[in-house]
Amino acid sequence: MGKKKNINLNFGPQHPAAHGVLRLILELDGEIVENIDPHIGLLHRGTEKLIEHKTYAQAIPYFDRLDYVAPMNQEHAFALAVEKLLKIEVPIRGQFIRVMFCEIGRILSHLLNITTQALDVGALTPSLWGFEERETLMTFYERVSGSRLHANYFRPGGVHRDLPLGLTDDILKFCNSFPKIIDDLESLLTDNRIFKQRNVDIGIVTKQDALDFSFSGVMLRGSGVPWDLRKSQPYECYNDLNFKIPIGKNGDCYDRYLCRIEEMRESVKIIKDCINKMPTGPVKTIDGKITPPKKNELKNSMEALIHHFKLFSEGYRVPKGEIYTAVEAPKGEFGVYLISDGSNKPYKCKIRAPGFSHLQSMDYLLKGHMLADVPAVLGSLDIVFGEVDR
Amino acid sequence: MQTNLKDFEKIVNSSLTTNVIKSEIKFNQLYIDINFKDIISTVLFLKTNDKCRFKQLIDITAVDFPNREKRFRVLYLFLSHENNLRTVVNTNLDENEIVPSITKIFSAANWMEREVFDMYGIKFKDHPDLRRILTDYGFDGYPLRKDFPLTGHYEVRYSEDKKKVISEPVKLEQEYRNFDFESPWDGTNYIKKETEKI
Repeated sequence: MGKKKNINLNFGPQHPAAHGVLRLILELDGEIVENIDPHIGLLHRGTEKLIEHKTYAQAIPYFDRLDYVAPMNQEHAFALAVEKLLKIEVPIRGQFIRVMFCEIGRILSHLLNITTQALDVGALTPSLWGFEERETLMTFYERVSGSRLHANYFRPGGVHRDLPLGLTDDILKFCNSFPKIIDDLESLLTDNRIFKQRNVDIGIVTKQDALDFSFSGVMLRGSGVPWDLRKSQPYECYNDLNFKIPIGKNGDCYDRYLCRIEEMRESVKIIKDCINKMPTGPVKTIDGKITPPKKNELKNSMEALIHHFKLFSEGYRVPKGEIYTAVEAPKGEFGVYLISDGSNKPYKCKIRAPGFSHLQSMDYLLKGHMLADVPAVLGSLDIVFGEVDR
Repeated sequence: MQTNLKDFEKIVNSSLTTNVIKSEIKFNQLYIDINFKDIISTVLFLKTNDKCRFKQLIDITAVDFPNREKRFRVLYLFLSHENNLRTVVNTNLDENEIVPSITKIFSAANWMEREVFDMYGIKFKDHPDLRRILTDYGFDGYPLRKDFPLTGHYEVRYSEDKKKVISEPVKLEQEYRNFDFESPWDGTNYIKKETEKI
């Protein structure tokens, strides 16, 4: 018998199960994974550097392009950080609109993740059903902001503009029909023998390790840590809304899938709650030094014209200071560390992406697993390369 | 029993007496300034002390202040689930100083320190695998330093002659416009003109 030799296998950067441009260098002993070295950065666009050279208003679109599956959740973190530095309040209607769209983003993200995870382990139908619903949700994005994905809708101080007529009715209609779709997805997956064989007891994370690897979101809750920023450090109007946080038990891929399914149901409840409780009133702060004037004022008021010009060329200045704000994005804790030097551009804007720490644990999660488990675990990590590579 | 922020500040100041240069509460978070040599003992204290329990390292990042004597500031962000507290540990260092790595205390620090190294060129002592992480293979320079130009130094393209992807110095088709709003009478500084002078 010859000497045993491990095989080195290149997975990606172009691989349908890599969920983007991920290159994994796998060291295999037969079919068993011995070592994993993820190479990331193939989608690195230098977002943080670019933000340092743009005004605060110009920085928002970059956040859409991070986790492009749930764009508004990212904008939210940045808007909150700027608002805290500026010490401005968002009107209540604005808060409700923001929360509503954040939850729509959560459903968008979880739908994509659940269905593609199913696709990775061999089920095609869920993705066809799920993507149809995503399309409906993206039309809501489009109706409010003009674009399906890169919304640029949240602004420091509120949201860009009020909801168009009839949108809340359509969102309510969606909320009434969507739980049935979740049931359908569940009937395809939850008790499916193949899906369970591929996911139960795969990629188990213990509570201790989940903390140590700085997991957040579903990855943390799947391991039984009751932690959700919407409950524990509530921002916006989450305090006034009724919802529950699903917690997993075993910390395996299957529990994380179940958590995501339940979170979608809770998100539907939050959206309904938002629509019912939403008052009328302004949607963004009335501070004229931050919010640009209305279009019709521009035609009649010199002062409005000047303000409009200054806000869209120079932008507003943010007082000196530094702050870390985090939101519970669909994938976990998405944070922005913002340092302002008192000028119209951020001095430093560090983006804390949840996927970055999740992907880091690939080696720990997959050591000793079979090669076929790599896509299953990768799917349950919920990786989007826009935010990992930044 | 949950520790609140004020108590936490007292605990930090009384237990870490000599380590703490300055502590301050800003936006509901405690900022602790320390010397970079004390980083391991401080982080260990924050993680293991019963009143602190900062079990999660949220992020490590750095800031570049080219005009200061100690050019870089490295920041460690921690979160305590039990006490629902956040804290930021700050340390200043100059270009040649090497920070002790905290990968032994938090596994998550591995990639975070690699990122700081990649973006700022700050080195970490005893890091198991200090390679570049986000930038391209064979990349040169540290992009998030303030003296690194936004446009970079090199660009890549596919060369039809050589039948491969080649990298060459950046050629700007349009000048990069950096509008300076501080002094409206001086006009715009064009990078291209500056490089042509040299």
